Amino acid sequence: MTISEIQDNIIDEFSLFDDWMDKYNLLIDMGKDVPPIDPKYKIKDFLIEGCQSKVWLRPDFDGCLITFTADSDAIITRGIVSLLIKVLSGRTPGEIISTELYFIDRIGLRQNLSPTRSNGLLSMVRQMKLYAMAYDAKQKQN
Amino acid sequence: MKDIAEIRSDFPILERMVYGKPLVYFDNGATTQKPQSVIDSVNDVLTSYNGNIHRGVHYLSDMSSEAFENARQKVASFINAEKKEEIIFTSGTTGSINTLAFSFGERYVKSGDEIIISYLEHHANIVPWQMLCERKGALLKVIPINENGGIIIEEYYKLLSSRTKLVSVTQVSNALGTILPVAEIIKAAHQMNIPVMVDGAQGIQHGVVDVETMDCDFYAFSGHKVYGPTGIGILYGKGKWLSELPPYQGGGDMVDKVTFEKTTYNQLPFKFEAGTMNYPGAIGLAAALDYVTGIGRENISVREKELLQYATEKLTAIDGLRIYGTSANKISTISFLLRGIHQYDTGMVLDKMGIAVRTGTHCAQPVMDYFGIDGSVRASFCFYNTTEEIDSLVIGIEKVKSMFA
Repeated sequence: MTISEIQDNIIDEFSLFDDWMDKYNLLIDMGKDVPPIDPKYKIKDFLIEGCQSKVWLRPDFDGCLITFTADSDAIITRGIVSLLIKVLSGRTPGEIISTELYFIDRIGLRQNLSPTRSNGLLSMVRQMKLYAMAYDAKQKQN
Repeated sequence: MKDIAEIRSDFPILERMVYGKPLVYFDNGATTQKPQSVIDSVNDVLTSYNGNIHRGVHYLSDMSSEAFENARQKVASFINAEKKEEIIFTSGTTGSINTLAFSFGERYVKSGDEIIISYLEHHANIVPWQMLCERKGALLKVIPINENGGIIIEEYYKLLSSRTKLVSVTQVSNALGTILPVAEIIKAAHQMNIPVMVDGAQGIQHGVVDVETMDCDFYAFSGHKVYGPTGIGILYGKGKWLSELPPYQGGGDMVDKVTFEKTTYNQLPFKFEAGTMNYPGAIGLAAALDYVTGIGRENISVREKELLQYATEKLTAIDGLRIYGTSANKISTISFLLRGIHQYDTGMVLDKMGIAVRTGTHCAQPVMDYFGIDGSVRASFCFYNTTEEIDSLVIGIEKVKSMFA
């Protein structure tokens, strides 16, 4: 599936619910599906600190694709983290850099990515792109 | 006192819906809502008599200058300052403390000196003093707290010494709601001729503040936390101190005579008011103080104590809920956590039920560190809130528990 197809699927899934509590319940369930980050990586190096909630993000690059594992101390944040992983993990650096993330806006979670909300999510998106850029540059060097 | 329906009808925003549900506004510690009279007064300046203050020879400038100076007098009367020249307009409590930290520091603080604050301070009453200490090689001393969220006063006495240049403490903890024994703190400092600055950001709106009785040397507060506009605040200082301190910022209006060789400064309070002040904000603040006086500050205090008691009883009864800040002497603020549930999750779900609370560290990270938590949920009530709204909060909390259990 392309990144756009995955984003469209998420939008479809959320469109079934009008009520915010249902959307949150869906996010809570999705958060449970995230493979837990190895506790040994829950360290400062992989921590993206927000004033509201924390996010840990670890990239793994096999020379072709970047796999992300992540976690958060807040469950709703973990749900959104799981969506970002679903969309961006297992992709090439080039794909990650060029992806426009439109699904967050469309499922009504944009407020969670506002710079003032400081829950670590906006920084997480930035960090994912930064890792991709770094691996991309490294690849081009080789 | 006006009845609650009448009071609520003074605040247009309280009638609105959020996410299709009636707004329950419990974030008064962050900012309070504005009565129509405040909105009208700011609107009136901008609509009918906007002109830059203290500058023009024209009619509008005269009118706004007069309203601005009347606002200063109103603030002085409200906190019972001796003279209106002791009232400096700033951008808010943060602006007031930064002004004092700079001006006081330049004049009086040198290497090896000490400034005392408490563990309960908002970052705004920590960081400006740390910056001063770094500039001057001075030391910051911190009054410790106990598990109720109150300061340990005996430890404060031990910190006072001949090296202490200033004590700067909050009147009320923004994170926990604890009321500090400022009168006692001031008395002890004064016995050693040490001046005291009181951060009134969370104190001014909850009862009578009388700087003469309190005998503080400086007092700071924000307009927007006492039902006035944002971007306006007050630094009160005893005249004898303010006249000794150098100005903080240079610019227009704060000068007497400017030449390229030397500038002499204007008299008080203008020495501390460089550039065009936020006069619509000051005029709005005066309207807010009028409103509060109309309701009656004793009435506000009584009503908020009732709300605190009701909410404390209801919240204490919730299984798995822990209140942080259990001092007997509190304003109507309750900081809490639900066992095993992140404050952000709690706040997000309450929000979608129309209930506005604050989550996070409340700009008071040391307090959170003391309790070993990353943050909390803070519900802060004021006199326009109702027991029915507290019941809604309880229902909301039960919903949160059911979702994250």
